[in-house]
Amino acid sequence: MGIRTLVGMLVVALAVIGLLATQTSYSLFLPGLLEGALLTIEIALLGSVLAVIMGVLAALARLYGPAPLRWVATVYVEIFRGTSALVQLFWLFFVLPQFGILMDAFTVAVLALGLNVGAYGSEVVRGAILAVAPGQWEASIALNMSRAQMLRRIILPQAFIAMIPPWGNLFIELLKSTALVSLITLTDLAFKAQQMNQSTLKTVPIFTLVLLIYLAMSLVITIGMRFLEQRASAGLSRGRAA
Amino acid sequence: MWDWSFTLEILPTLASAAIITVEATLIGFVIAALLGLVLALVRIAIPWTAWPISVLVELIRSTPLLIQIFFLYFVFPKFGIVLDAFTAGVIAIGLHYAAYCSEVYRAGFDNIPRGQWEASIALNLPQWATFRDIIIPQVIPPIVPALGNYLVALFKETPLLSAIAVLELMQTAKIIGSDTFRYTEPMTLVGLFFLVMSLVSAAIIRVLERLLNRRTSR
Amino acid sequence: MTEKPMVRFDNVSKRYGALTVLDGLSLDIARGEKVSIIGPSGSGKTTVLRMLMTLETINDGVIWVEGEPLTHMEKGGKLVPANLAHIRRVRAKIGMVFQSFNLFPHMTALQNCIEAPITVLGMKRKDAEERAAELLNMVGLSEKKDHYPSQLSGGQQQRVAIARACAMRPKIMLFDEVTSALDPELVGEVLQVIRQLGREHDLTMLMVTHQMGFAKEFSDRVCFFYQGKICEQGPPGELFGAPKNERTRQFLRAVLEAG
Repeated sequence: MGIRTLVGMLVVALAVIGLLATQTSYSLFLPGLLEGALLTIEIALLGSVLAVIMGVLAALARLYGPAPLRWVATVYVEIFRGTSALVQLFWLFFVLPQFGILMDAFTVAVLALGLNVGAYGSEVVRGAILAVAPGQWEASIALNMSRAQMLRRIILPQAFIAMIPPWGNLFIELLKSTALVSLITLTDLAFKAQQMNQSTLKTVPIFTLVLLIYLAMSLVITIGMRFLEQRASAGLSRGRAA
Repeated sequence: MWDWSFTLEILPTLASAAIITVEATLIGFVIAALLGLVLALVRIAIPWTAWPISVLVELIRSTPLLIQIFFLYFVFPKFGIVLDAFTAGVIAIGLHYAAYCSEVYRAGFDNIPRGQWEASIALNLPQWATFRDIIIPQVIPPIVPALGNYLVALFKETPLLSAIAVLELMQTAKIIGSDTFRYTEPMTLVGLFFLVMSLVSAAIIRVLERLLNRRTSR
Repeated sequence: MTEKPMVRFDNVSKRYGALTVLDGLSLDIARGEKVSIIGPSGSGKTTVLRMLMTLETINDGVIWVEGEPLTHMEKGGKLVPANLAHIRRVRAKIGMVFQSFNLFPHMTALQNCIEAPITVLGMKRKDAEERAAELLNMVGLSEKKDHYPSQLSGGQQQRVAIARACAMRPKIMLFDEVTSALDPELVGEVLQVIRQLGREHDLTMLMVTHQMGFAKEFSDRVCFFYQGKICEQGPPGELFGAPKNERTRQFLRAVLEAG
């Protein structure tokens, strides 16, 4: 979808939320839901930061690390991609305490979502690095750069641009996964929705608002990543059309 | 740390719950694959539907599956339709993945070079024959592994059904946990089940991909 | 021989599985010498440059640069495969220009030319920029220094690539079919820069080329490769004027016919 359509959808989504807020049957729920949305955003942001760190580290370890590190990274990626976010969330939440490791639900949430998406992210990073033209490595060798210099100055900046769209999708997956944290007692947007639904049984207004809020947040991510992509590739594509 | 006799004791219960998980996966995927195909074909056949369908797809893909499951589960009774948790949950999962599958089909058709249609016209092939003999055989190879990946993704999301108390694998493990205060064994077994199934499926998809590609490249 | 050769290939072989690309190559190149390598595709001529640049490993033999082994190092009187630190120290004397330019697309022409001098040689940014400006001026691209590669023509990109390689002050320059990817009308400007480079700098040059005219006019020696071996070599006048080997004659005739 074009960036205009996306911005248009965001405007419409926000306008509908605003319009519904003028009606008491909806506005009743809005403050509580927005409070939950705040926690959702917090978890999504911290989880994304962790995911990026894990994705880059695991990818570099798998590509260039010594054998033991490579195995550790591979096992991490396979386990977190092979099971699902909810399984990982519950495992960290219910099983770790049995080994005497106690973490609050918020930490577990950030950890589980960050590690889960980081595993997918490592594949994105790896693919992007491998997709950089071999000539770029060769030119760097001919200029006598060290491995670290090549990676930092030549390869990663180019891979970075290719990574932006798939990371955008992963951030949206992560945002959507934050709904799972409602199942481990955190009062995020999804939790508030269930709670209100149970006490008032006003399913349609509550869930309409919740879906619109999630949609708006997803669109903000998509639009933000599109802009980032445009800016990052500005130098590369300038004049290419000519 | 790990109690083997307890493990053996809960294994039959978990195994029968795993059957529910597999059932939910298969039914959900059939809905996703068929509905996705319908969406993709409607888009191609009736041009003005392209925009509303793409907005609908974006909407479904931009919001959490868990919320969609809750919504369907609680909203159906409002219209007088009472569905049990399993049915409502599986429909929600099917709908969610139909949005993803429709994009797979669409990409499959979009990737056929214009020249293939033009060559078929130049050979004066009837439209139906073009579709059946030229287009479809080229669309299928890239679609199959992509659908396979979504099948695995869908499978891994079935634990969400535990949120509306469907007695699938995760819910069963949670109940065992809260009854016995032992979470290590049931939760780890659930994790292992998903891990093994995912790895096996990934291997099968890779083989399938190779077989299909061999045929077209010949 | 009083002076050690700048480059010495000592019985070097390169194999990919069962395929032998280079078969016991021995070749000495003197300081300041300009050597052209010609031959049919698949004759192993590009591999010679890539091995010297350490882009390919070798299976047998030793490559020497200024009397020092490049691919090996001395340990207890014996030659053992070199470690990366040794390779990097020796290969600092070598620069290379590629067929497909391989400019860094995320950097401007100037940035391409100062990147390695700063990160590898540890030059100050100001000094590196001054030197890069001189080199870009030499290749006639002063006014394009802030352009990205995608904004330059193929010939301009290749000239930036030459400036970039020169910025590392190599003693040996390798040119790997540097005009093959260019539109015919852009070949001249690149050859002109190479000509100038050969005149004004004391560089040892080794080039793989399909430009027979240029090889004839520019080089001190021409080597004709065939099936992984030097089939015939000599001064350009002799090799082009009166080739002794039947293979050489066939090749030159074919090239001539193609125009």
